[in-house]
Amino acid sequence: MTSTATAAPPKQRRQRTISIGGAILIVIYTMLPIVWILSLSLKSPGDLTNKKFLPSHWTLGNYRTVFKTSLFTDALRNSIGISLIATVIGVVVATFAAYAIARLDFPGKRAILSLALAIAIFPQVALLGSLFSMWRAVKLYDTWPGLIIPYVSFTLPLSIWVLSAFFREIPWEMEQAAQVDGATAWQAFTKAIVPLAAPGVFTTAIIAFFAAWQDFAFAITLTSTNRARTVPAALAFFTGASQFQQPTTAIAAGAIVVTVPIIILVLVFQRRIVAGLTAGAVKG
Amino acid sequence: MTVTAPEREASVVPAEAPHSYGMSERTRKERRLGWKLTAPAVILMLAVTGYPMVNALYLSLFSYRLTDPSGRKFVGLANYGVVLRDSLWWQDVVTTVIITVVTVAIELVIGFVFAMVMNKIIFGRRTVRTAILLPYGIITVVSAFAWKYAFALDSGFVSNWLGWLVGKNYNWFGHRGSALLVICLEEIWKTTPFISLLLLAGLSQVPEVLQEAAKVDGATFMQRLWKVTIPNMKAAIMVAVLFRALDAWRIFESIFIMTAGAQKTESLSFLTYRQSITRVALGIGSAVSVLLFVTMVIIAAIFLKGFKVDLGTVKGERR
Repeated sequence: MTSTATAAPPKQRRQRTISIGGAILIVIYTMLPIVWILSLSLKSPGDLTNKKFLPSHWTLGNYRTVFKTSLFTDALRNSIGISLIATVIGVVVATFAAYAIARLDFPGKRAILSLALAIAIFPQVALLGSLFSMWRAVKLYDTWPGLIIPYVSFTLPLSIWVLSAFFREIPWEMEQAAQVDGATAWQAFTKAIVPLAAPGVFTTAIIAFFAAWQDFAFAITLTSTNRARTVPAALAFFTGASQFQQPTTAIAAGAIVVTVPIIILVLVFQRRIVAGLTAGAVKG
Repeated sequence: MTVTAPEREASVVPAEAPHSYGMSERTRKERRLGWKLTAPAVILMLAVTGYPMVNALYLSLFSYRLTDPSGRKFVGLANYGVVLRDSLWWQDVVTTVIITVVTVAIELVIGFVFAMVMNKIIFGRRTVRTAILLPYGIITVVSAFAWKYAFALDSGFVSNWLGWLVGKNYNWFGHRGSALLVICLEEIWKTTPFISLLLLAGLSQVPEVLQEAAKVDGATFMQRLWKVTIPNMKAAIMVAVLFRALDAWRIFESIFIMTAGAQKTESLSFLTYRQSITRVALGIGSAVSVLLFVTMVIIAAIFLKGFKVDLGTVKGERR
């Protein structure tokens, strides 16, 4: 430590300063808009127009308003339910497909990967008109399944890539090795393969959940009431506690409420999310 | 257990023996299993995209309003003519091009700087990576509201802070240029983290030996950047640009929230939404949908054929 420090102290110091300065800049860059909306959510509606960054009087009133508004609480329930169900179904379906792609040899494999790529870059808005009339015809309009189905379909491509990238890394010989050692096929699978595959599946689930939680286009088009409307759509239609009040601060409070789960997931699973996002995309 | 193990061995060995009939039986089984396992995914992906897209293609040939189903009649390609002769379509093409080019170019630069910092960082690595994921994870609608309120005439602090530059009561959403600027800023803030993570992954694959060799030969930082780092991570850069360009081309939520297309800030996605949902003109709306799809195919084709982006790396395929 001391020898390197004396060997090239100015250069090392400069590098360290740049690196720490850069890190601080990145954190400010990412946090500023989030801190702003948090600050906005703690302002009283009357405090809004002073155009200050921080509230002059702190209040939790906006959160009370938000949790008393059925438009928002119903939407929160819908968002949680729909996103979770879509994530589970999507990850199960993607796991089957990714296992086949990573492990088995069958014609059409490349075609499936190309199809997944095509769906991933598909302009979802181009489908809204057709889906709108289809969903009305088959009575899926304004229902949970009506949103779950498109969410599953559109999270599948990313899930399949990420999972097949993860599955290629698994030493599958372990399964045979366990069987040679006397384990049954089921034991070999659950004891040797599942622990190795679980992190990849879990990472995929988080990324798929983010995508479903985010969606706006399907949510505003395929729902019309509190029955199935999710939070992003509800926020866009929120008009405030009363018609005499600006909805701004209440929307900010609602925005913070739906951001909290994201922040928790990111804080806890930061490393896995980074690995998952880059696994499917950049592999030499 | 000691009984089952040899039994399995016995059943596995003949199947793997180079027996022509046994091999084909095994291959056939493997094929069937492969198709069975991938079928649900393929069906789900096609049901929500393939059928509606064909349906849109079909509907685009009719003059058809949802509010007047009996007035539906076949008009051939007339709807496409209407759209392509409309100056609104071309105005929205220009708007979308501006947003895509500006945001992707700036994101590439900022994302690269972020990736370099994250690659070199010693202290607070975890904190920085966590922070960088927040914009990615946050709901686009929430981010759009944050930026809208930051610049809005009644609540925005930005005009207050930048009063010396633009005047304290500058209406950012009242002019096309400044409204597009705010939309681009929001898009850049939200999606740069994704690009920087892809670039970071590419950066970590540049062989350290090359960097050291260039350093020994007396190459400056900029020389190493242009001659060593960037050429060695070209694949990662192209993949990041392709994905971001296609994503920016679809921009919808932030425009919906921030301007609702006012001041000529409407994107192609927003036009499509407005035509097919708000106006319930299914014929014209479908034509716009198909055209939006065609523009995406053209962009993807330019990247794949023109810039030779290797999709093998995208799919994570090694072979």
